[in-house]
Amino acid sequence: MNLRSIPFSAWVGIAGITLAIFCAVFAPVIAPFGERDVVGDIWLPAGGDFLLGTDNLGRDLLSRLVYGARTTIFVALAATVLSFSLGMFLSFTAAVVGGFTDQFFSRFNDLMMAIPTLIFALVVLAVLPQHLWILILVMAVLDSTRVFRIGRAVALDVAVMEFVEAARLRGEGSLWIIFREILPNTLSPLLAEFGLRFAFSILFLSTLSFLGLGIQPPAADWGGMVKDNKDGIIFGISAALVPGGAIAGLAICVNLVVDWLMKRTSSLKGGRGDA
Amino acid sequence: MPELLSVRNLKIEATSYPPGEQPKTVTLVENVSFDLQKGKVLGLIGESGAGKSTIGLSALAYGRGGASITGGQVLLNGKDILTLGRDGVRTIRGCKVCYVAQSAAAAFNPAHKLGEQVIEAALRHKIMSRPEAEKRALYLFKVLGLPNPETFGDRYPHQVSGGQLQRAMTAMALCSNPELIVFDEPTTALDVTTQIDVLAAIKHAIEATHTAALYITHDLAVVAQISDDIMVLRHGKTVEYGSVRQIIEEPREDYTRALVNVRQTLRDEAVDQSDALLKIENVSAEYSNGFKVLSDVSLHVPKGQTLAIVGESGSGKSTLARVVTGLLSPSAGSISFAGKPLTPEVRHRPRDDLRRIQLIYQMADTAMNPRQTVRDIIGRPLTFYYGLRGVSKTDRVKELLDQIEMGNGFLNRYPAELSGGQKQRVAIARALAAKPELILCDEPTSALDPLVAEGILKLLLRLQEEEKLSYIFITHDIAIVRAIADSVAVMHRGRLVRFGPKSKALSPPFDDYTDLLLKSVPEMEIGWLEKVLTTRRMESAGN
Repeated sequence: MNLRSIPFSAWVGIAGITLAIFCAVFAPVIAPFGERDVVGDIWLPAGGDFLLGTDNLGRDLLSRLVYGARTTIFVALAATVLSFSLGMFLSFTAAVVGGFTDQFFSRFNDLMMAIPTLIFALVVLAVLPQHLWILILVMAVLDSTRVFRIGRAVALDVAVMEFVEAARLRGEGSLWIIFREILPNTLSPLLAEFGLRFAFSILFLSTLSFLGLGIQPPAADWGGMVKDNKDGIIFGISAALVPGGAIAGLAICVNLVVDWLMKRTSSLKGGRGDA
Repeated sequence: MPELLSVRNLKIEATSYPPGEQPKTVTLVENVSFDLQKGKVLGLIGESGAGKSTIGLSALAYGRGGASITGGQVLLNGKDILTLGRDGVRTIRGCKVCYVAQSAAAAFNPAHKLGEQVIEAALRHKIMSRPEAEKRALYLFKVLGLPNPETFGDRYPHQVSGGQLQRAMTAMALCSNPELIVFDEPTTALDVTTQIDVLAAIKHAIEATHTAALYITHDLAVVAQISDDIMVLRHGKTVEYGSVRQIIEEPREDYTRALVNVRQTLRDEAVDQSDALLKIENVSAEYSNGFKVLSDVSLHVPKGQTLAIVGESGSGKSTLARVVTGLLSPSAGSISFAGKPLTPEVRHRPRDDLRRIQLIYQMADTAMNPRQTVRDIIGRPLTFYYGLRGVSKTDRVKELLDQIEMGNGFLNRYPAELSGGQKQRVAIARALAAKPELILCDEPTSALDPLVAEGILKLLLRLQEEEKLSYIFITHDIAIVRAIADSVAVMHRGRLVRFGPKSKALSPPFDDYTDLLLKSVPEMEIGWLEKVLTTRRMESAGN
């Protein structure tokens, strides 16, 4: 791979994501204060000891932002990866096998999509015990319905191509057809969807935290931080905008990288295997 | 007589963006000059990429897909239309110069009635009032021999056949009474039996309206029927420019000579055709909605020989191939292969039977996974059927590449990096890798230029000798049948109308359909079209 062929926008995205991951991994080293320590007055302005000011309980905003990166990125990424694995496998199977399997999966998917996501999540999370992995699982399953829809649509387009027919005539099994013939040809739209879904996952997690069913206090997460500080906005205190900006920034960075990957994978001439 | 259109030293360039490199300028057309007088037809002929369409569009001062005219002059009635600017060009396009595209089905707006679209340009340019335009459209529908000309304009594009649509497109071009029409391969997508009607209609309409025309095609036999002059193009340059008679009868350049002689490879049929490899007996097939596509077809393919199946689109010839491969189960009848009955459904067929019957598609583009390299494409059957891996697989792929006359340099290329002919060769190598006994060829050459197609045919014949292969060769081109077949099957509307050794099947007495099919194939002979039309008229008068 030629480093010079990476466009500037992708570099910006890579830099942003690297920064976020760096924060997540080395949070205890970077953060000037502890995640849960009350260190000053509430809603102190930025500057001085507290680079970004303090929050509604007097905790250091920068430290919480750094620790929050950990939970936010981990949960959102895990949920998105899981939802894609699940959604793509089921949708490709439906497209390749067809018939009853396709009908069953598709109608079940319609059923799931008919229930508003947020309400469904609220009900399920209120009933189930509050574990992180349950939260991830619920987010993944709900999101996978969207992935299923788009996955089936793009896979159906490819499944009718003659090279898939040629593979069937050769006697190839469904798994080969799914992973070797169809998957590489649907990567571009699915990558674009991945970027979008990851951003949505962060937002969804934030929404859940905001409603009190996501990450539980006092653990920091970006959506929860917006919630904690939202009352400050009325008094002209911008503390809520800092985690909000972090969410927006990360979403944009992910999409910049995905845009570049999409351009690379949509080229049908060389350029992928030449590491 | 003054020239209507006069092109001087035309140069057309485009910018290409190779991945990872600086954009570079590519010359598409260089130093092309020709003259066209009122009422005359100039044929532009050449393979794909020769620049013939690009030159044709320059008569409308248009460069498509990033191409731009960078040099030379295009004089229409002595005025250079390249200097007119955007508004000036609009007074010419669709008014003085019109364009007929190759695929009329894609060129018409499916949401509007044909009549409206035919008169649209004339109304937009305010050349005539609506009643006048409608009257002219009616006249043109009659001249072009369209059925029910009074009500034809009320139909939508999907309600008429492909040949009728192409004629409607010609009517659209003629409606505003242009001085020049550019025909861009108007009959290439049509069946031979339809092509002849469209050709006759176009020729008649041009003569009746005294319009000049540029006729673009890759088929020399077609252009010989309709043009006064011919220009042979290759790689954007003029190879030869002269009258039809001179080009057909006394070609000066080697390339032109190759084009003229392209349909003349001939092979004698095998004498003994009794040893059948594949036997199809009383096979019928229908789609799940009950639509019958094949009825009672019986034929056989002798070992090591070629059976050609001819017929127009919709005749069931490709369906027969699908039945043999097992993609469509027959509703009645049986198929046996090498003496044993063949399982009707591909899913239940033993792997070894799948290996022994291979298929080559018409469009090599869609028949190969665009994300796999040539090595993977050819190598997969080797791994799948023979368990070859690593070095032994690569060696075998190299051997196969040698066999299809392509070098090792292609190993790591993707299909998009190959030319049309090379793609089809790789598809052949993929079929060959399985060491099959029977290869079904579904129009493997119809999407290729004549000289490239000839190369593929020669390759197939050589491989047949070397590997003792049997072919079922599906085609609509009688010339190919004459060139390579041992036995011939003619299909029409799902039925077998004729089957037997080539010499018998293609000689009289004929049934009606075979007769029509044989007479519709354009021949490299001036005045052939008139001759056929005269015979037809005499026959219909005699009836």
